[in-house]
Amino acid sequence: MEEKTLKDMKEEEIRKMEKKTLKDMKEKEEKEEEMRKLELMLSNIEIKGLSNETLDGIKCMTLYTDIYIVATDSNQVFNAKMYSKYKEFHNDYLNDIVLPHLRLHHGEFLLKEFETSWAHYSKVIHNRLHLYFRYLGRYYVAREKLLNLNDVGNRCFIDLLYEEMRSRVMDAVICLINKERDGAKIDRELVKKVVNVFEELKLYEDIFEERIVAGTKDYYSKKASLWISENSCPEFMLKVEECLEKEENMVRDCMKPATEQKIVSEVEHKLLVLHSTQLFDKEYSGLKKLLEDGKVVDLARMYRLYSRVHDGLQHVCLAFKNHVTAQGMALVRQTEIEVNKHVVKNDVGALQNQQVHLIMEFIKLHEVYLSYVNDYFQSNSMFFKVLKEAFEVFCNKSIAGVSPAELLSIFCDQTLKKKSCDNDKSTEDTIDDVVKLLVYISDKDMFAEFHRKKLARRLLFNKSDSDEHERYLLTKLKQKCGRHFTSKMEGMVTDLTLCQDTTASFTDYLRDNPDMNPGFDLTVTVLTIGFWPSYKTCTFNLPPEMLRCVEAFKQFYQTRTKRTRITWLFSLGTCTIVGKFEPKTMDLIVTTLQASVLLLFNSANRLSYSDIKDQLDLPEEDVTRLLHSLSCAKYKILKKEPDTKTISKTDYFEFNSMFTDRLKRIKVPFPLVDDRKKVIETVVSDRRHAIEAAIVRIMKFRKVLGHHQLMSECAEVLSSTFRPDFKIIKLQIESLISRDYLERDSKDHSVYRYLA
Amino acid sequence: MERIDQLFHAYMDKSLGMVGPEGIESFCLAVGIDHTDVRILMLAWKMQAEKQGYFTLDEWRRGLSALHADTILKIRKRLQELEKEVMRPTNFLDFYVYAFCYSLAEKQKNIDIESACELLTVVLGFRFPLQVSKFIEYLKSQNDYKVINLDQWTSFLRFCNEINFPSLDNYDAELAWPLILDNFVEWMRENL
Repeated sequence: MEEKTLKDMKEEEIRKMEKKTLKDMKEKEEKEEEMRKLELMLSNIEIKGLSNETLDGIKCMTLYTDIYIVATDSNQVFNAKMYSKYKEFHNDYLNDIVLPHLRLHHGEFLLKEFETSWAHYSKVIHNRLHLYFRYLGRYYVAREKLLNLNDVGNRCFIDLLYEEMRSRVMDAVICLINKERDGAKIDRELVKKVVNVFEELKLYEDIFEERIVAGTKDYYSKKASLWISENSCPEFMLKVEECLEKEENMVRDCMKPATEQKIVSEVEHKLLVLHSTQLFDKEYSGLKKLLEDGKVVDLARMYRLYSRVHDGLQHVCLAFKNHVTAQGMALVRQTEIEVNKHVVKNDVGALQNQQVHLIMEFIKLHEVYLSYVNDYFQSNSMFFKVLKEAFEVFCNKSIAGVSPAELLSIFCDQTLKKKSCDNDKSTEDTIDDVVKLLVYISDKDMFAEFHRKKLARRLLFNKSDSDEHERYLLTKLKQKCGRHFTSKMEGMVTDLTLCQDTTASFTDYLRDNPDMNPGFDLTVTVLTIGFWPSYKTCTFNLPPEMLRCVEAFKQFYQTRTKRTRITWLFSLGTCTIVGKFEPKTMDLIVTTLQASVLLLFNSANRLSYSDIKDQLDLPEEDVTRLLHSLSCAKYKILKKEPDTKTISKTDYFEFNSMFTDRLKRIKVPFPLVDDRKKVIETVVSDRRHAIEAAIVRIMKFRKVLGHHQLMSECAEVLSSTFRPDFKIIKLQIESLISRDYLERDSKDHSVYRYLA
Repeated sequence: MERIDQLFHAYMDKSLGMVGPEGIESFCLAVGIDHTDVRILMLAWKMQAEKQGYFTLDEWRRGLSALHADTILKIRKRLQELEKEVMRPTNFLDFYVYAFCYSLAEKQKNIDIESACELLTVVLGFRFPLQVSKFIEYLKSQNDYKVINLDQWTSFLRFCNEINFPSLDNYDAELAWPLILDNFVEWMRENL
C-alpha cells in the first residue's frame, strides 16, 4: 500500500506541477499575445496621418482607445515605450516635414515658413498628440516625474531646430531689419510673429535678442566708419539722432522692452563713443568750429546725444570752457593793445572809454554764454561750473596795469552817473550784470575800496543820477558778498540822507539866531568817520567870509551834541562865486579852495605866487595846482605873468576883468589828484590785517595745525573777499611766530601750535 | 673746585665781579685759541652763559666742572673733546640755538644781518661751508630783511641738513620753510 501511495503522491505532485506549468505557460502565452497585440496597436498609431487636417471621428476614437488600453495595462513596461513613442512621433514630424520645408526657403520666405511651421506644429500636431496621450501624461509622466507632455513638444522642436534657428532664421531676421535700417519698408508683422515664436520657445533672450544685438553692432560699426569720413560733424549728428529714433521706434514696435536698452546702447557706442575724437576734431565742422561759429542748433544736438553716453559730455564741456576762455582772453588782449595806444597819446578820456567798453563786452559775453548753458546745454551744472572757471581766468587779467576790480568800479561809476534814459538796458539790469561779474573777480576787496572812493565823490559832488540806484547796487552787493562788504558804503548813503535833516535844523537855527547868520547860503555835509574814505585834512587861512560860515555852523552843531568833534574838509567843498567881469557878471562854480584864491583878489589887484601862498598858508603843490586851474586851463579867470603854460614861483597874477564866456554860469574844473596808488596801498594793508586775523582765529580754534592745512583754510576763509597771496600768508605766520602767538612744533617743523 | 675759583679770580674784572671781555681775551690767549674761535662759544654753551662777553662765577664753575678741567692745560685738552661733543647731532641743535640767543643784545629778539652773517660763519662755517657762504652772499645782497629771528635761524640749520646743495632739487617752497629761505632758493636759482 505504501509504495503505491508514494508513487501516487509523486504522480499527483508531478501532475499538479505539470498543470501549473501549463497554466503558467498559457498565461505567459496570453500575456505575450496581449503584448504583441499592444505592440501592434502602438505601431499602428499612425501619426503621419495626423498631419492631415481632417481626421474622422472614428479614427480619433480608435486612436484614443488604443492608447488608453495600452496605458492602463497593468504591465508598466508599455508606458515607457509609449512615452518614447510620443517623442518619436514629434521628432519624425519635425524631421520629415518641418526641416525639409525650412531648408527649401530663404530670406523672408524662410521666416514666413518658420512662423507657420511652428504655428502648425505647436497648435495642431502637438495639441492633437497631447490630447491622445493625455491619460499617459496624467498618471505615468506625473508619477515618474518626467518632462511633461507639453514641454516635450517644445523640447523636440528646440533640439532639432536650434542650429537652424540660430543661424539661418536669425540671419534672415537681421537681413530684414537691416533692410529697414537702409530705408526700405519691411513687413514688421512678420518680425513680430517671429519674436512671438521665440518667446513661446523661451529662447528670446538666448537666440533672438543676442543675435539681433550682434547684428546691430555689425551694422553700425560699418556705417559709423563710412559716415564719419563722409559727413561733417553736424551732418553726422543728425544721422545719429535719426538712427536712434528709428531704432527705438522699431524695437518698441516689434520686440520686447528689455531689448530697447541693449540695442540703443550698441548704437550709441558704435556711433557716438568709438568715433567721438574724430568727430569733435573735425577741422571745418568739429566741436571747436561749431562753438566759434555759434551753431547752436548743432551744439544742442550734440549735447542731447552725448548726454546719453556715460561721461560723454566731458569733452564737450572742456571745449566749451576753452572756447569761452579764448573769447575772453581775446577781448583782454585787444583792449590792452587799444589802451596802450591811448596811454602813449595820454588820452585819458579815450582810455576810460576803452576800459568801460571792455566791461560791457564782458557782460555781453556772459549773457551769451549763460544762455548757451541754459538753452542749449539744459542748464547742466557741469557747464555752469566751467563757465565760471573760464570767466575767472580772464576776468582777473589786468589791462595796462589796471586791475579788473578797478575797471569794474570805473564802469560802475559811469553807470551810476549816467542819466537813465539812454539805450535799451535799464540801469538796474546793468547793475545786476555788474554784480554777476564781480563774482568772478577774486580781488573783491579792491573793488569795494575803489567803489567807496568813487561813491564818495558822487555823493559829495552830487553826480549820482539816482539815490535809488545807489541803494539798489548796495543791496545786491550785500546779498552776494555779505553785510561787512557794504556796511561802510551804506553808512555813507545814510549820512547824506541825514544831512537834509541837519540842514533843515541849521536853517531854523539861523532864523532863530540872526546874528550868527554869515550872510551866505551855506550847506554843510557831515560825514561820519569810518564810513568815508580818509581824506587829507589841511589847515589853511580861510577868507573872513568863510570864517563866519564855519563859526556859525560850529555854534549850531554844538547845540545838538556836545560830544562829537567836527573836522573841516575844505578840499571837498564847492562854492558859487559871483564874478563881476566887465563884459558881464557871471556865476563861477569852483571848489572852496579855488574860491579862497579868488577872494584874495577882492583886496588886491595883483599878487605874486608867494603872496598867495603866504596868505593862504597852503602847501606848495596845492597852490600850484589851484593857480593852474584858474590861469592856465580852460577858463582864464586870472591873468598870469609871464603867460606860460606852467606855474612857477616867480609868477604874478592879476584879476582878469575881461574874462567872459558864452554861458552865464560856468564850472571851473579842478583836476583831482590821482589817488589810485593810495587805494591799492590801503587794500594791501587791510589784507595783511585780514590774513593775520584769519590765522589767529583758525589757530585759536584748532590749537595745532599743519602748514598746508593752515594755508588752505586761510585762503578759504578769505576767498569771498580776495584771493590771498601765499607768500603773504607765510609772512604773517612768521610774524606771528616772532611775536610769540604761534610756535613751530619741535618735532615736526611743518606743524604750528597756538600759544595762548 | 678751589682751583676753578682761583682761575676765575685770575681773569675776573674786579669792578664787575665777573670775567669781562678783556678777561676772556687773556684767557683765550692762555688756552691758545683765538677769542673769535668757535670753541670759546662752545665753552660758553657748556657754561650756559647768559651775557655775551661776560662769565659769572656760577657759570664759570658750571662750565669748567662739566669739563672736568681746573687748569689751563686741562682746559686745552678738554676743548678738543668738547668740540666732538658739540658736533653730535643731539647736542648740535642745542648749541646752534644757544649761539643765537647768546648773541642777542639786551631785550632784543633778533640779530641784525651783519652779526648774523658773522655768527653763521663761526658756528656753521666748518660744517656747511658752501651753504653758509652762499647764504651770507644772499643776505648781504638783499634788502627785504634787516634782521634774522630765531625761527629763521633754526630753519637754516634744518635747511643745511635736509636740502641737497647746491642742486636744491628737493626744496619745496609750498612746505613750511620760512619765507626768507624761499627767497634765498629763488635767488640761488636765478643766479646760477
